[in-house]
Amino acid sequence: MYRYDEFDHAFVNERVAQFRDQAARRLSGELTEEEFRPHRLMNGLYLQLHAYMLRVAIPYGTLSSRQMRKLAHIARRYDRGYGHFTTRQNIQYNWPALEDVPDILAELAEVEMHAIQTSGNCIRNVTADQFSGVAADEIEDPRIYAEIIRQWSSLHPEFSFLPRKFKIAVTGAAEDRAAVAFHDIGLRIVRDGNGEGDGEVGFEVIVGGGQGRTPMIGKTIRPFLPKEHLLSYLEAILRVYNLLGRRDNLFKARIKILVHEVGAAAFTGMVEEEWEQLKGGPVELPKGELERILAYFAPPAYERLPAVTPAFEAKKFEDRAFARWAEVNLFPHKQPGYAVVNLSLKPEGEPPGDATAAQMDAIADLADRYSLSEIRVTHEQNLVLPYVRQADLHALWQELVPLGLATANIGRVTDIIACPGLDYCSLANARSIPVAQQITRRFNDLTRIHDIDELKIKISGCINACGHHHVGHIGILGVDKKGEEFYQITLGGDATQTAAIGAIIGPAFSAAEVVDAVETLVNTYVDLREPGERFLDTYRRVGPAPFKEKLYATH
Amino acid sequence: MPLIKGGALSDDDWVSVGDDEPLPADRPVIVPLKRWQAERDALGGRNAAMGVRLESADKAEAIAADLGRLALVAIAFPTFRDGRGFSTARLLRERYGFKGELRAVGNVFRDQFLFMHRCGFDAYEVADAREAEAFAAALASFSVVYQRTGDGRVPATALRQLRRAAE
Repeated sequence: MYRYDEFDHAFVNERVAQFRDQAARRLSGELTEEEFRPHRLMNGLYLQLHAYMLRVAIPYGTLSSRQMRKLAHIARRYDRGYGHFTTRQNIQYNWPALEDVPDILAELAEVEMHAIQTSGNCIRNVTADQFSGVAADEIEDPRIYAEIIRQWSSLHPEFSFLPRKFKIAVTGAAEDRAAVAFHDIGLRIVRDGNGEGDGEVGFEVIVGGGQGRTPMIGKTIRPFLPKEHLLSYLEAILRVYNLLGRRDNLFKARIKILVHEVGAAAFTGMVEEEWEQLKGGPVELPKGELERILAYFAPPAYERLPAVTPAFEAKKFEDRAFARWAEVNLFPHKQPGYAVVNLSLKPEGEPPGDATAAQMDAIADLADRYSLSEIRVTHEQNLVLPYVRQADLHALWQELVPLGLATANIGRVTDIIACPGLDYCSLANARSIPVAQQITRRFNDLTRIHDIDELKIKISGCINACGHHHVGHIGILGVDKKGEEFYQITLGGDATQTAAIGAIIGPAFSAAEVVDAVETLVNTYVDLREPGERFLDTYRRVGPAPFKEKLYATH
Repeated sequence: MPLIKGGALSDDDWVSVGDDEPLPADRPVIVPLKRWQAERDALGGRNAAMGVRLESADKAEAIAADLGRLALVAIAFPTFRDGRGFSTARLLRERYGFKGELRAVGNVFRDQFLFMHRCGFDAYEVADAREAEAFAAALASFSVVYQRTGDGRVPATALRQLRRAAE
């Protein structure tokens, strides 16, 4: 993974010093809360319902074991012993004291981490496929480019006061695990040319996707961008947006609205015209820098192993629980004899994405012993050990079980994305976490979970859609009806390469009814499905009518 | 308004004049873009330096052809959140080659000095003269930058390659 050099170290240390000064000015009363607000937001510090919340950047979701230990330490020393992994591959602490935040940032800087641009109207932490570098269907490791973008966007003097926040995601694989169609800019690494697989590598550039109150699927504005022009093209898009994006209405300020209002073709024209001026100019990455960064992401020294590991196959025969976990929580590795292991942060009855300090420390130890000291964070709020030998899987699993990290539910009905909701968030209309917890209790039978197959439930506590409900196969949106929490259900959303926005199925359900409604939807699918069909496949084949009929039949 | 120029508080010779106000004789004046566009020839014939004020929605292109006749361009920041002026400034400096004074006016705070400087500003109207004391520290707060703009600072990405070449 990428390592800081002296420049990167100096930069984050200077940032800590700057924030220490700003926090001191706030604590002494020199700055009012209102004056302090832009400073804290630039450092990921929000004022939430009950306390400050600190969001720490985990660039493109890659962590070393050393960094994970530091995150555990911060949870223990400065917070209440846990952290929350987010849909943007970051971690949030919900209870830090303002006077401690400069020290927390200094501790993060020691392990090459920061909280820069995890909030505010700037280019946010860049996300990427959590299986970068280990997925077989990958053209190139997207983290190389995510790191280039991270550096270019860090305190960018022109783009730190954009109309609104700006999110960039990169994928290098055919299967889109980074939801690139739902970002302000999505970059898909592609090969140019005739489709014979030998063309030059570059990017498909997708702009104007997003969720929130106006969900939109991004538009491809350039099918192929040579990779040496990445930064000039990004600068062109950002400049057009910075100058023309709406600033009169907070809810219409994202780039998706600009693209929608001027039209994708006209927007593309403006970007291309601006790019003509910037292309090949000083903004481009200096020669040699791509290679320098690329070297950090070179494949590790894998052992040469047979594709099939007899001991692993034998264990699956002997141990049914292990076999089930292996079937659901492993992802095929491009290297023979290895596996990618998903650690579920969605055990029954717990808030999705939370990890305790003890779990984080244990995961760091397991990463050291089994996964070349590396960990990934997924946008679906789970963790990944990317480099595990198949021969070690059973031993690893045995250690994960008592830690509560071996729930065999990745991609299944209880692997729910949920925003913090009204339990923490000042914007929320309804609670999200308790709904998720109730669904995991309702579907607590592993055999049933497996039978239901892939099903993505995503829950947001308000229209800002932090819980990605628009792209849930089943989406749940919390709404406030005369002071009471209600939940509106959408069906058919999809964050992947077959992107779709879910459609509202009918009137909202009360908090007491919503879990029953989910169960009705699941049972309807089970009744209707044809062999091999996932929930989404069945929904696409039969449409909403049968689901609607069952849901509202008794109303 | 106190003016920071050359890194310190500075006298201001310029007079800002509205759309309908009379022009003071023989003094450098800053006029709104609309007035400049309407009275360009008359204003250009004055015996004193001319400046134009751009509001945050005004485009650099609107004065690109006139820059040879302008000694100052003021760019307004109506709130700290409105960052259009950063792009406008870079375009004036880096694309249209403006060499005169580029002045940030409106809501200008110390925490934006570095960004503004990097985008080509060299003068700053501030609400409070004490901001001048913070100016030098603000510009020195980061020794490392990651972008190449018109300010001449060499980004880390290039320094690494220079160093590698020297080894």
